[in-house]
Amino acid sequence: MEKYRINPDNGIEFGIYTLGDHLPNPATGERISVKERIHEIIEYAVLAEQAGVDFFSVGESHQEYFATQAHAVVLSAIAQATSKIKIASSSTIISTSDPVRVYENFATLDLISDGRAEIVAGRASRIGLYELLGYNLRNYEELFEEKFDLLRLINENEIVNWSGEFRAPLRDAQVLPRPVNGSMPIWRAVGGTPASAMKAGYAGVPMFMAHLGGAASQFKRTVDSYREAARAGGHNPDELPIATAGFFYAAENSQQALKELYPHINEGMKKTNGGGFPKQLFAQGVDPHNIMNIGSPQQIIEKILYQHEVFNHQRYIAQIDFGGMPMDNIKKNLELIGTEILPAIKKYTAKK
Amino acid sequence: MKIVGLSGSQIGSKTRIAIDATLKVIAEKYPEVETTLMDLADYKMEFSDGRNYLDYEGDTGYVTKTLMEADAIVIGTPIFQASIPASLKNIFDLLPVNAFRDKVVSMLVTAGSAKHYMVADTQLKPILAYMKAQMVQTFVFIVEEDFYQKEIINHDVLFRLERLAEDTVVLTETFAKIREEKEAAYDF
Repeated sequence: MEKYRINPDNGIEFGIYTLGDHLPNPATGERISVKERIHEIIEYAVLAEQAGVDFFSVGESHQEYFATQAHAVVLSAIAQATSKIKIASSSTIISTSDPVRVYENFATLDLISDGRAEIVAGRASRIGLYELLGYNLRNYEELFEEKFDLLRLINENEIVNWSGEFRAPLRDAQVLPRPVNGSMPIWRAVGGTPASAMKAGYAGVPMFMAHLGGAASQFKRTVDSYREAARAGGHNPDELPIATAGFFYAAENSQQALKELYPHINEGMKKTNGGGFPKQLFAQGVDPHNIMNIGSPQQIIEKILYQHEVFNHQRYIAQIDFGGMPMDNIKKNLELIGTEILPAIKKYTAKK
Repeated sequence: MKIVGLSGSQIGSKTRIAIDATLKVIAEKYPEVETTLMDLADYKMEFSDGRNYLDYEGDTGYVTKTLMEADAIVIGTPIFQASIPASLKNIFDLLPVNAFRDKVVSMLVTAGSAKHYMVADTQLKPILAYMKAQMVQTFVFIVEEDFYQKEIINHDVLFRLERLAEDTVVLTETFAKIREEKEAAYDF
């Protein structure tokens, strides 16, 4: 785990991620300006660090209702404004970028932040960016696999010799600058199905597993498939970190949490995906066995500990700000995380 | 309430005539309902390539978005080679897996032979069920001799289409009411 800058003895890491969405607050129908939203995200990271959160990441979506297409630039501002928190992408769409440029950006980010940068590479769930950036959607799988492999090759070798289908070959190419320790953690974003997790496992790459809702036990299959594939690929699963990422919201009680969060998720998903989140499914989100972490601080502590027992993962990453969530609610959540949730989950998962 | 009548093939006229007749009944009996006819013969549709339905442009984007915004859909389909036409299957492929959640879907079938009467039950309904539609279980099956000079002349078929129209509206209203009550009970 050391290679990925994770020490399991310190207990499970608690992170926060934002997709960088820029949506109206459903309560008012109003949307802050894109400038305000970007500054809000930077402030969010600063406050998360103050609350003791371990990790903060920003996503890349090239479509309406999103603000952080240039997520590496936003992360760079965050790096400068913070000093301890780990920073990453969630995720970098490597399929439609040049891995050399991505590596240059994130290695620079690692230098600015003094060794706190990580890359989470994904394939995008929406495909508008293929046309925007000049790629053919027909190569969806191949583009990701080839570019992700190259990104990892660059991470492991300062001098690269490589040739592939979607980029000019590299001959004794030196990719600079290098990160603080020569290399940095690179994760594969996985959508929750075993098939996708197995690809990460075979390659021996850390898995960042995003999920909406459902029984935690259902996602255990994905986690097991990942570790089995890693073993089959000749890697030691004990050395490969797993992160899970999904909806989080804490309030005085679970009913209040549902009330404050639901309109943001439902209306936000309608706008970004074209379909809302059914209330019936959402109501099940507060169940102790559901993977969504919604409820009172005590309920959330129990949920995270239960998930840790099921997955034995090294990092949990919360999404709180989706759908025009007001900054005041975010601050309230950060306070509950810092004062109640984090101390409890660290206490129960750290090696004494 | 928005009801879309979807005529599912690119050729022929009988399915569209039957859909037209059904929408006409709805418009007459329920003037508050907004009806839209979409005949796939009128649109240039792309084949599904797996993208989100919001990402299609032109006719494909119009058809998928209109269907997703409907409260109920009356699907009309001819039978081609003992199955639904590829053009109709493509519509299902273009939409998300839960596309028909909270929607009512009713069906009418036009066929060259009465021997195809089971096709909707064995091939169309399983797709609609998978996509979470609330179905009007009784569909209307119409054959060649029910038409004459671009008109439905069999009064039994006209009665059945009238009942299909009524059932579609009543079921949509009923499910909307049930859903409202259930959602209000969640209190969030």
